[in-house]
Amino acid sequence: MEDNVLNLGGVSFGSRLFTGTGKFSSNQLIPHMLAASGSQMITVALRRIDLSSPTENILAYIPDNVTLLPNTSGARSADEAVRVARIAREAGCGNFIKIEVITDMKYLMPDNLETLKATELLAKEGFIVLPYVLPDLPLAKRLEAAGAAAVMPLGAPIGTNRGLETKAMIALLIENCNVPIIVDAGIGRPSQAAEAMEMGADAVLVNTAIATATDPVAMGEAFALAVRAGRMAYLAEVAGESPLARASSPLTGFLN
Amino acid sequence: MSFYNIIEKHQDFNFREFFKQVTATDIERVLLKEKLTSLDFLTLLSEKAAEYLEPMAQKAQRLTVQYFGRTIQLFIPLYISNYCSNECIYCGFNLKNGIKRRKLSIKEIEVEAQAIAQTGVQHLLLLTGEAQQVTPVSYLVEAVECLKRYFASVSIEIFPMETEEYLTLKHAGVDGLTLFQEVYDQNIYKTVHLAGRKSDYLYRLNSPERGAQAGFRNVNLGSLLGLAEPRSEVFFTGLHGRYLEDTYPQTEVAFSLPRFNPAEGDFSPSFYVDDKTFVQFLCAFRLFLPRAGITVSTRESASFRDNLIGLGVTRFSAGSCTGVGGYASHDSSETPQFEITDQRSVEEVTRAVVAHGYQPVYKDWDRIQ
Repeated sequence: MEDNVLNLGGVSFGSRLFTGTGKFSSNQLIPHMLAASGSQMITVALRRIDLSSPTENILAYIPDNVTLLPNTSGARSADEAVRVARIAREAGCGNFIKIEVITDMKYLMPDNLETLKATELLAKEGFIVLPYVLPDLPLAKRLEAAGAAAVMPLGAPIGTNRGLETKAMIALLIENCNVPIIVDAGIGRPSQAAEAMEMGADAVLVNTAIATATDPVAMGEAFALAVRAGRMAYLAEVAGESPLARASSPLTGFLN
Repeated sequence: MSFYNIIEKHQDFNFREFFKQVTATDIERVLLKEKLTSLDFLTLLSEKAAEYLEPMAQKAQRLTVQYFGRTIQLFIPLYISNYCSNECIYCGFNLKNGIKRRKLSIKEIEVEAQAIAQTGVQHLLLLTGEAQQVTPVSYLVEAVECLKRYFASVSIEIFPMETEEYLTLKHAGVDGLTLFQEVYDQNIYKTVHLAGRKSDYLYRLNSPERGAQAGFRNVNLGSLLGLAEPRSEVFFTGLHGRYLEDTYPQTEVAFSLPRFNPAEGDFSPSFYVDDKTFVQFLCAFRLFLPRAGITVSTRESASFRDNLIGLGVTRFSAGSCTGVGGYASHDSSETPQFEITDQRSVEEVTRAVVAHGYQPVYKDWDRIQ
């Protein structure tokens, strides 16, 4: 069974598992986790990057073959997200940007309106924009029209590990969007990542569940396997579920 | 509406009676809940809940790792002036204390900033006493403008201000506000704050809210444990945090648990919070507000602080001086605001955090305005 390669803004990714740099007990675990998971894209908050410090510079732990996805964590408006994105590009973090605008510190919910505004501005400036949003189909279509390279709906509130609580809404995005759909936030177990991939998500981004596992390296590998399994199942076309039992000798067979 | 309305609602609340009636079943029920009400929080602050310290600690650890990861953010305090017009009977900077008064010039602040920046820590907390004539907003703005050239984040722990003044400081580059009510009990508040602007309970109580209105990204609350009955004090601190979180969702709320430590002036606190109760309070805060930052300063000993890693704490001060300046050149005759117990350098604290399987975070902010 053939799979087409995931392409974002002209860059191809063999792995559909994206990872993050936050919450690790030590940055030294990051390269090992990346090797074990095969992840080829990792997100990093610009606020955590300290280019002036050799030991604290988180970028030093990311191998060259892994694409950096700087994020705008900490931004509370479109304007701030745009500024963070520009700083990231100037700092040599590349053209990718994950827009994260959070105006609700209680539940850490993304602000869809501000995210749309930032997407419009940054796409025009040539960024490869990956907006992190609550799954909302009309908004996703507007993000697409604004030039987003993908849409990243949350499965559950960030850091909660509760899985695909927004499954039905994500399904609408998968069905109707032309850009890749990457499920971000809330995925707490490999089985939930597999579930997202089975339903046709193009990729998943997992940070908390890997970084806070007792063994983040092994958990990275477990997620990689789950993502592959889910993707294969999607391509193999998962048999539809039926609410009714199917009798092996159909009741209406005598009519034939 | 102000947090004072919530305090007023509890005016006749009988804490003793409530605590007496807390049962094991009540605590077990609260421990199973995901979202805690204010009375659930109070249940966890009861004497009875001390019997459930281990399950509380385990839940606190799980929630902290979930939301903050295995990380401890470090910051360094810099006192730029000890002039003070208040008479707070527990404080080393009390107007009546015949200590050497000093205010750093902007040039001296820069020298201190250079020395602190050598540690690599990018979060600075700027502190002063309360003497608006000596340290007016214009001076603070200049200080912040100097410090922000050396640090990714500058927070303030100074006297309460008007929203407009906070806005001026925010625009100068301040992103966080630490302001302890010290005592939520109004009667005791009067007896320990004898003179000066700080004797105005309500003005101080509403200051964190003015800070949130001005748009500071985080607001750090606390009561000085030892001045009044600590369980109800911690309760009101938590409620204050929840009030701010509900009213200003853009503001990150954080707590400190400053426990009384002898400063200049021979003050003996009326209440003592032992280590076990301190840990109970820490865990109760975490369970009540899972996403709130929790700071533990160098008031606490090195070994105690190390043992708190993993129990809900998210921020440590390190390598602190609590006299004016002190990083570039140390004057041992300097009177501190309070005595430091954990005297370790940033490097030593870093090693201890790493040894506990946590990552010390030196930088977690960028000024983007």
